[in-house]
Amino acid sequence: MLSLVVFLPVLTAVFLVVVPRVPDRAARWAWLGIALIDLALLVGMWIAFDSPKPGDLAYEEQLQWMPSVGSSYHLGVDGLSLPLLTLTAVIFAACAVYALRENDRPRPQAALFLFLQSACLGVFAAQDLILFFVFFDLSLVGMYFVIAGWGHGNAARSALKFFLYTFLGSLALLLGFIGLYLGADPHTFDMAELAQSPPFQNSPVAGGFVLAAILIGLAIKTPTFPFHTWLPPAHTDAPAIGSAVLAGVLLKMGTYGFVRIAMPLLPDAWRSWAWVIIVVGIVSVLYGALVALAQTDVKRMIAYTSVNHMGYIVLAVGAAGVVSDSSAQAQELAVTGAVVQMVSHGLITSALFLLAGVLYERRQSYDLNAFGGLAAPAPRYAAFFAVAAFASLGLPGFSGFIAEFQIFAGSIGTVPLSLLALPGILITAALFLLASQRLLTGKPRGLSTGFSDLNTNETLSIGSLLVLSVVIGVFPRFLLDIIEPAASVVVNLVSR
Amino acid sequence: MSDATVSTLGVAALWLLVTLPALAGIALCLTGRRANLVAVPVSLGTAGFTVAAAFVVASFRPSVEVPFLAGASFGLAVDGLSALIVPTVAVITLMVLVFAAAEGTESPARFHGLMLIFAAAVAVTATATTLPTLLFAWEIMGAMSYALIGFHWREDHRVGAGLTAFITTRLGDLGLYLAAGAALAGGAGMGLADLATAPSPWRHLIAAGILMAAFGKAAQLPFSFWLSRAMEGPSPVSALLHSAAMVAMGGYLLLRLAPLLEVTGWAATTAAWVGALTALLLGAVAVTQTDLKQLLAASTAAQLGFVVLAAGVGSLAGGTAHLIAHASTKALLFLAAGAWLVALGTKQLPALRGAARRWPLVGVTFAVGALSLAGIAPLALWATKDQLLAAAWETSTALYVVGLAAAALAAAYAGKALIIVWSHPLANAADKYDTEQRGTRHIAAWERVPLTVLAVGAALLGVLTLPPVGDWVRGVLGAESDPRPGMLELVGSTLLALLVLGLVAWKGAPRSSWAANWLGLEQTTRVMVVDPLLLLSKRLARFDDAVLDRGIHVAARAVALGARRLGRFDDHGLDAAVTAAARGSIVTGSAAARADTDGVDAAVEAIAGTARRFGVIARRPQTGQLHQYYAQITVVLVVAVILLLVLLLPVMR
Repeated sequence: MLSLVVFLPVLTAVFLVVVPRVPDRAARWAWLGIALIDLALLVGMWIAFDSPKPGDLAYEEQLQWMPSVGSSYHLGVDGLSLPLLTLTAVIFAACAVYALRENDRPRPQAALFLFLQSACLGVFAAQDLILFFVFFDLSLVGMYFVIAGWGHGNAARSALKFFLYTFLGSLALLLGFIGLYLGADPHTFDMAELAQSPPFQNSPVAGGFVLAAILIGLAIKTPTFPFHTWLPPAHTDAPAIGSAVLAGVLLKMGTYGFVRIAMPLLPDAWRSWAWVIIVVGIVSVLYGALVALAQTDVKRMIAYTSVNHMGYIVLAVGAAGVVSDSSAQAQELAVTGAVVQMVSHGLITSALFLLAGVLYERRQSYDLNAFGGLAAPAPRYAAFFAVAAFASLGLPGFSGFIAEFQIFAGSIGTVPLSLLALPGILITAALFLLASQRLLTGKPRGLSTGFSDLNTNETLSIGSLLVLSVVIGVFPRFLLDIIEPAASVVVNLVSR
Repeated sequence: MSDATVSTLGVAALWLLVTLPALAGIALCLTGRRANLVAVPVSLGTAGFTVAAAFVVASFRPSVEVPFLAGASFGLAVDGLSALIVPTVAVITLMVLVFAAAEGTESPARFHGLMLIFAAAVAVTATATTLPTLLFAWEIMGAMSYALIGFHWREDHRVGAGLTAFITTRLGDLGLYLAAGAALAGGAGMGLADLATAPSPWRHLIAAGILMAAFGKAAQLPFSFWLSRAMEGPSPVSALLHSAAMVAMGGYLLLRLAPLLEVTGWAATTAAWVGALTALLLGAVAVTQTDLKQLLAASTAAQLGFVVLAAGVGSLAGGTAHLIAHASTKALLFLAAGAWLVALGTKQLPALRGAARRWPLVGVTFAVGALSLAGIAPLALWATKDQLLAAAWETSTALYVVGLAAAALAAAYAGKALIIVWSHPLANAADKYDTEQRGTRHIAAWERVPLTVLAVGAALLGVLTLPPVGDWVRGVLGAESDPRPGMLELVGSTLLALLVLGLVAWKGAPRSSWAANWLGLEQTTRVMVVDPLLLLSKRLARFDDAVLDRGIHVAARAVALGARRLGRFDDHGLDAAVTAAARGSIVTGSAAARADTDGVDAAVEAIAGTARRFGVIARRPQTGQLHQYYAQITVVLVVAVILLLVLLLPVMR
């Protein structure tokens, strides 16, 4: 079942590439159809999901692959991965809807996105480090071609920078994985086995180096300060749906790695280095917010707010590594908040990037100062942008609040100094309101005149992302019931 | 009715109280223009129903709880305090919406939708039992305040004012995030009622966070300036959000958490003094205003200062009564100011000279509100203020004196406005009209109904502190032992107020530029906080481009340069050596050939040829193309990884 979910898209992609003369229209609808089927399968799995016992997985599949190096084809789902798998399917489906009117080589585009979807789903389903690494790198390849092939501006250069920088990160990750393999007894790449008897429990130096390699790899991908400079150009030159997938799904691979690999597999080292991680988180929060405040290009601005939002996650997982007698509840709250933030940021930031893409498609500009008063010619666009902005700044009623409240309460509850990151939500509020004001209100001016409002596809794709954010914001239990047991397992693993 | 029926009815009413306005409001906002025609009936119907639900919950006192976050449910409950506040807010919301409907507005669906969402948020705030529930509604109130201040979004300065209000109050809201974290760390849980039991030092952090949030929302010092900017919003918005409901919730939060402030020691004193000083200084600001809405706004901050003072000195009954009486009084005054603004196109006091005489009913209700504000017996604020000042007297004489001085200032600013609007208009009065918008010269009949209802409240709500109703209120609040004002204080304060009124009538109100400018608070914040932050943000953005990003490129270029050097070494070093060696071999070979057979010579030739071919291959990567150099680096790194592994392997074993 899980393999079907993961490979259905790429099989369709192969079909689209191999079969000659598939009409463009059919390719677009096939993409959407498969994306929806995949989403439906995941929703079914969600409904049937029963939180597995600590250390166990649901929908587990394991086949021999490379027994000589202790690597197997091992897929499985728990409360950390199920929300991200579903998020991936939701975002790709929204992109498929958004791209229904795409005229630029729709067939290869559909094939490429289906391939990319399989790679992304594979990352979140993999329970073997080598398998994880393979899917991880395939997603880089897919995204490289998305930016280079369908981007604009300096697309080739940005795509290359994205690829090389994040590839460098994945090499560091590989180095760390091999370190884990060598440290484990018996040697294995299997995550579940590694989590059961974590390597390097009594060798802090070797464990520290392996964690450093993994952290650098994940920090580049997330990205955190100071490894984030590939993100703004990649977003600026990527097509709208490429940006949505990049921000919504690919960035989550970094943060997912923290809770899936770094924390449970290297608990000793994680606890020793928790302070560094907390500091990096706080700096990312403040730095990302402040730099975003100075941007006039809407896509660069959203890209830097991603650094800010990912900073909250890093802060939370760092704080969860600071163990004290009475902090288990706060640690669990922080980790739960971090996972909710991954989902929330995926939904909201994808919506924002799709909205930014609408600006470019209509007017070939992302310059906030070139627009103004958009609410008059495009009231629906203005309403969507304002709602997405408020969602992103963490207003209650949206998923961001559920995430950030838990992150802050949990982090401050564990490490009171985490309160240094609080101004982040204030600066984010200021920058989103300033951007909305420049773009939407006042008298229509500049490029706003004659701006046509959102069409049906755009409304459906962006609207569904925002509706999901509201649903999580108001009725968070359906999501938290899945995440909380898994967060508790992670906290137990990291505290041992 | 059986107990079960009563409790079910109460719970249903509580859910309706919060969900009905929320859903109706969201529906109106989402439907947008198409709902303009039904907006008013939907809005008034919902608000009317909410009033009924408010009275039901006030008498049945239900509580509900649903799971929300781990360790903190979404809890709503009606206790004595909220049983008094919830109906007050519901009634005033209805009155303000009736007024707004009669006055008319652009985009009625959006306006009434936002107001209803706000009403739901207030209801949740007033009944919240846990910190997440409180913060949930607390920030939605802030967002609605933003959207309603900037309601006329075509005008940039109004949207900017909304931004100032939202950011300033959110700065205070950070305190609630802090309080939640501290509550969790302290182990007391996130229930509002349990916060006071948190151990030290967490208890102090919680109290600090709560004070910050409450001061921000209630426009206390040093946050007061946002309320001045908030006056860019429509008058019904000022009446509901920026006096009767949202700002009032700041004071309400402190009344609710007075036990927490009490146990920390310092927090109660801080609240008392910040409240007293706000009452005094913002009172001075109000006296010097020449714009009626600005005067009322400063007065709102000052009057909320009395409520905060009451929370600080533990006068639950006095603070609650003052909050309720002030809500009715100030909503009335704002609506009257709004009626004149729409009719005459101005809210400047000099231009409003004689406005009360033109529409006597509006004028009379305004007079009732202003005299209540001034503290003239037997009107509402006279008695409520004296009750909380009685508690201040028991705590500290200095607090009492400051409070009394603030009460005198209230008489001054209320008197100033009252005297101007009831003066005889000048012959050329109309010249000063229509400076802010085009006036309609008309006040609708339905606008007078809410004014009258609110005026009754402003006149009579003083009974909340006087026997027998006052005793009942104390019983409801569980505050039987609250200090009561003596006859001397009650009579003395009225005489003081009358004296000040007389002085203002005779000499006019004093002027002062620093007070007129709201103590320069906004400029100070701009210079001390906002400008440095914007500068820092620009500097960091430049640093990001010029150092971090450039650094990566420099590193990449350095690697490429290294590769080129290696290539050159390859050409001039290795290749040359190979060539030289080959040449040497040839020389040796030919020398040997002379002496030896042709077979050896041929072998040497073959080796030389191979070496040359390698030279050609080695030259191939030097294309001068940056991306190919990148790829080479990657390969080198992979090799490095493998090398490292080979080296590491034995160590690991």
